[in-house]
Amino acid sequence: MSLLSNTAVLLGKELRTEFRSRELLTTTIVFILMIVVLFSFTFDPTADESRRFGPGLLWMAFLFAASLMLQPCFLREQTNDTLSALRLSVSDPFAIFLAKLCANTLFLALTELLLLPVFGVLYNVPLLPVLPQLALVLLLGSLGLSVTGTTLSAISAQARMRELLLPLLLLPLLAPLLIASTEATAALLDRNPTLRWDWLAFLIAFDVVFLTAVWLFGEYLLEE
Amino acid sequence: MAIRSLSAVVVILLLAASAYGAFFLVPTEATMGIVQRIFYLHAPCGMTALSAFLVCFIGNLGYLFKRQPKWDWLAVSSAEVGLAFCTVVLLTGPIWAKPAWGVYWAWDARLTSTLVLWLLYLSYLILRTLVEDLDRRALISSFYGVFIFLDVPLVYGSIWWWRTQHPQPVVFTSGGLDPTMRKVFYLSWFSLTALMALLIRQRYELEQARGEAEVLARELEAA
Repeated sequence: MSLLSNTAVLLGKELRTEFRSRELLTTTIVFILMIVVLFSFTFDPTADESRRFGPGLLWMAFLFAASLMLQPCFLREQTNDTLSALRLSVSDPFAIFLAKLCANTLFLALTELLLLPVFGVLYNVPLLPVLPQLALVLLLGSLGLSVTGTTLSAISAQARMRELLLPLLLLPLLAPLLIASTEATAALLDRNPTLRWDWLAFLIAFDVVFLTAVWLFGEYLLEE
Repeated sequence: MAIRSLSAVVVILLLAASAYGAFFLVPTEATMGIVQRIFYLHAPCGMTALSAFLVCFIGNLGYLFKRQPKWDWLAVSSAEVGLAFCTVVLLTGPIWAKPAWGVYWAWDARLTSTLVLWLLYLSYLILRTLVEDLDRRALISSFYGVFIFLDVPLVYGSIWWWRTQHPQPVVFTSGGLDPTMRKVFYLSWFSLTALMALLIRQRYELEQARGEAEVLARELEAA
């Protein structure tokens, strides 16, 4: 029980920190917006073309955004050595990860929800009829992004060239997630929208595998 | 020293025997012709790379649980050797693919997953170059090593589901492969695995020497 209550307190702290400045959210939203706009110049975004390329570019934008936005997650705990304080205050170090990755999932999901209408308008794809299903895909995908990204940001924070290192560590690892979420999104944006349960199951498997790995080994990353 | 030279000689002889088998003993494949002989290097190299990555994973887990530097030495040695074998697979693949499929590269399941695997272990080795402190480097790279090894089945699964056109494995099914072909294939697999073991062993000793030198340097600084 202490794990959950610790996590809740830490999650509150993460959300408070972010919503005081909203730096991370605004920057990320503008960043994804720019990618989405610039991508539209690389092909003619008619409805048919967008159905083919849209899901992939949407998820590439999310992947890039995540690999940049998750950067400061552990880094900012180093400036005043607040990580040591965090470590001392929780009974299970997994709570630190859990709180951070819940917060990051929330931030990512929020960013995605704000950008979806823009994407739908710019690329001529009707999103409203499939919104609940799409939200499910986005949620599972963002969870996978933040589980791996949050953990790897704890690694990259301890290395040199960290700004470049996190994308380098994260992007190849996310290849399966990119395939699964792109395929699931593409099936939803099709002329006959279908919810691909097989890809959803795959996303769940991805999330569970890495969540378990963090739960088992994550504390080693927080050692002094 | 004598044992090491002897094992190197044995490995060279084994490799020479496999090459002889691949060039002179096996019959030429009916549809693909002479280029199919690269199969005796290509496929066993792929399997050897996978076993090197498995050894790397064992090294990573060993370090996480035991915290002895030797596990980390094993992990980095096998990651490098595995990456070398994986590179051979990626280079010999196109040579075979061009005459057989008409293109150098097809985004087929096994090719794509091998490429992603190669990228993953490249990232692992780059991560290692960017951390100074030895214990810290061993710890975080072991963690990342576990992460990427867990990713391997997911990569294969997702890409498999997504598309496939690679020749299905015929080696382990009966009747798929001519008996001579099968023998030469197994010989070359065995020789390459022996080569892998030899290289990992050499690289391990180098890493051990480096680690010990680093510890001595640190003691000297402290004194």
